[in-house]
Amino acid sequence: MVAQRTNLSSQIVIYGILIILGLLWTVPTFGLLVTSFRVPDDTASSGWWEVFTKGQYNFTLQNYTAVLSPGDGATSNTAATINLNQAIVNTIIMAVPSTVIPIFLAALAAYAFAWMTFPGRKFLFMVLVALLVVPLQMSLIPILRDYRVLGLNGTFLGVWLANTGFGLPLATYLLYNYIVTLPREVFESAVMDGASHPVIFSKLVVPLSMPAFASFAIFQFLWVWNGVLIPLVFLGDDPSRIVLPQRILQMIGQYATNWQLLTAGAFVSMFIPLVVFIGFQQYFVRGLLAGSVKG
Amino acid sequence: MMAQVENKTPRILGLAAVLAVTLVIYYYVFLFLREGTANAWIIFAVSLLWGIGGIWFLFTLVTSIVDLLSEKMRQHIMPWVFAAPAVLLVFYYLLLPTIRTIYLSFFNQDSSKFIGLDNFIYAFSSPNMLESFKNNLIWIIFGGGMSVLLGLLIAALADRTHAKFEVLMKTAVFLPMAVSMIAAAVIWKLVYAFAPGVEQVGLLNAVAVTLGGDPSPWLTQRPLNGYLLIVILIWMQTGFALVVFSAAIKGIPSELLEAARIDGATELQSFFNITLPYIQITIISVSTTIVIFTLKVFDIVFSMTGGNFGTQVIANEQYVQMFRNFDFGRGSAIAVVLLITVLPVVYYNVRDFGKNAKGF
Repeated sequence: MVAQRTNLSSQIVIYGILIILGLLWTVPTFGLLVTSFRVPDDTASSGWWEVFTKGQYNFTLQNYTAVLSPGDGATSNTAATINLNQAIVNTIIMAVPSTVIPIFLAALAAYAFAWMTFPGRKFLFMVLVALLVVPLQMSLIPILRDYRVLGLNGTFLGVWLANTGFGLPLATYLLYNYIVTLPREVFESAVMDGASHPVIFSKLVVPLSMPAFASFAIFQFLWVWNGVLIPLVFLGDDPSRIVLPQRILQMIGQYATNWQLLTAGAFVSMFIPLVVFIGFQQYFVRGLLAGSVKG
Repeated sequence: MMAQVENKTPRILGLAAVLAVTLVIYYYVFLFLREGTANAWIIFAVSLLWGIGGIWFLFTLVTSIVDLLSEKMRQHIMPWVFAAPAVLLVFYYLLLPTIRTIYLSFFNQDSSKFIGLDNFIYAFSSPNMLESFKNNLIWIIFGGGMSVLLGLLIAALADRTHAKFEVLMKTAVFLPMAVSMIAAAVIWKLVYAFAPGVEQVGLLNAVAVTLGGDPSPWLTQRPLNGYLLIVILIWMQTGFALVVFSAAIKGIPSELLEAARIDGATELQSFFNITLPYIQITIISVSTTIVIFTLKVFDIVFSMTGGNFGTQVIANEQYVQMFRNFDFGRGSAIAVVLLITVLPVVYYNVRDFGKNAKGF
């Protein structure tokens, strides 16, 4: 009886602590979401919680139409030129190839490191592991200089290649850890049947490695979609190329106190990564547990 | 034997010709993508075709050529067909630039004159950098420490709750990982918002007023503002620690905990004597990851305060030197300083890998 009571009270304490922490974690985002649906007069004069404490139910979608409408620059209404539509398109154009291109290249390399013999194999792989944590800052100036010479500065191509190059150590490392654990017998029987490496790779390794590909793809997609430094340095802020994080950054400067616009914009930028994240959470967690550190 | 070789030569030459044509086409695809004047969606489609189909086609082509070579040559060349593209790209984008940046750090602003260690003297003695070092240390100790502790606390507590509640709790704490730091900056700017007068829009000031205090512009209040920025990092990082710790805690054999319970150990005792030692290695690796992440923290400071009001950190100072002052010497030197700070981890990782290498 006594044991049961302490058990119950400790359960109350545990749930209590967790509920408080859970609220601390979610209330800021909830505030953002509520603010993004309030009318400008309300957001300028009162906190979002007054929706609940004072029953201020003046909800509107106009903030979203304002940040999403393609601007012609002709109207005096500043909100009409935010045009996050274009930024969404740009971010998709930047993020998808940046996610897809490294996978195949990394899978090839991971297979070579795991199942082929060649001189320098161990050394090269160690260099790759070492490069996992090298700060991006080490690369920015030299690559930017090359890009200026090659005409790649301010192009999507330049950013795809940069994201590929910077993402490859993690991609190769994650895929290696997966491919190396595929059962040896699978390969041995394939070799017995006279299959060559390219055939083994495309017929066996690629289909078997799909979960690992998905793990890495989620990582890379979120990293590229949310990244600030690489587009800032290599893509620039031309409206035809500007990506979401940078556009939101500009908005923070332009609309510092127009909370309804800032919050709507921020939520627009969060929407796709959140959907991807929630939809593929298991793969993401699997990638995390495979021990990933990103440079 | 001879006949076979003779039979193969025309095929090799034929495939080599296809390869040459393919490479020329790829060069034009490259030029087209670089030009970037076509409709963005067409460029997008071409890039995907090129990035998946193009690379696959090239790989198939090259491997079929290599397959036709003699057994000995094939064994030498084939591994490189697999490994070379990734290795070359990584070398070009990471290894070579690292060496070039180290080289540039010994030169002046526009890299025209060798100036020895001047940039490093700047990096270790300028007020901005000293402030950054101090702040980075606080970020690591407070930010990193709290992320790990809270992650551990939530993982351990949630493990004792109803399964559905646990999932809900983990998701709530984990979600900020999907959000960009810029979106996080908007979320937290709203929390810290300040307006002169009584009516407060920001949650923190509203709480302060309710508790009978005065509203204040938090982000300019030293040294508190630094900690308020660190709160954002904790908010974003704890989910990572939580998920990894949670998996580790679930991996503890239940017989172990059961035995402790039978022996009369309290919850706290079994946490400190069984759980903690059991997941020790996980704690070390999570802490390492978080420390590295924290060392390089840039976006939060860049978007919240721009490094003003005493909140500068190394990575943001590096950005300022490089892209505001266009001082490539100092920018490079500060990047090298960042590299030096992560070197112990590089060493640890490589050594660890050498020990546990699978497949070699």
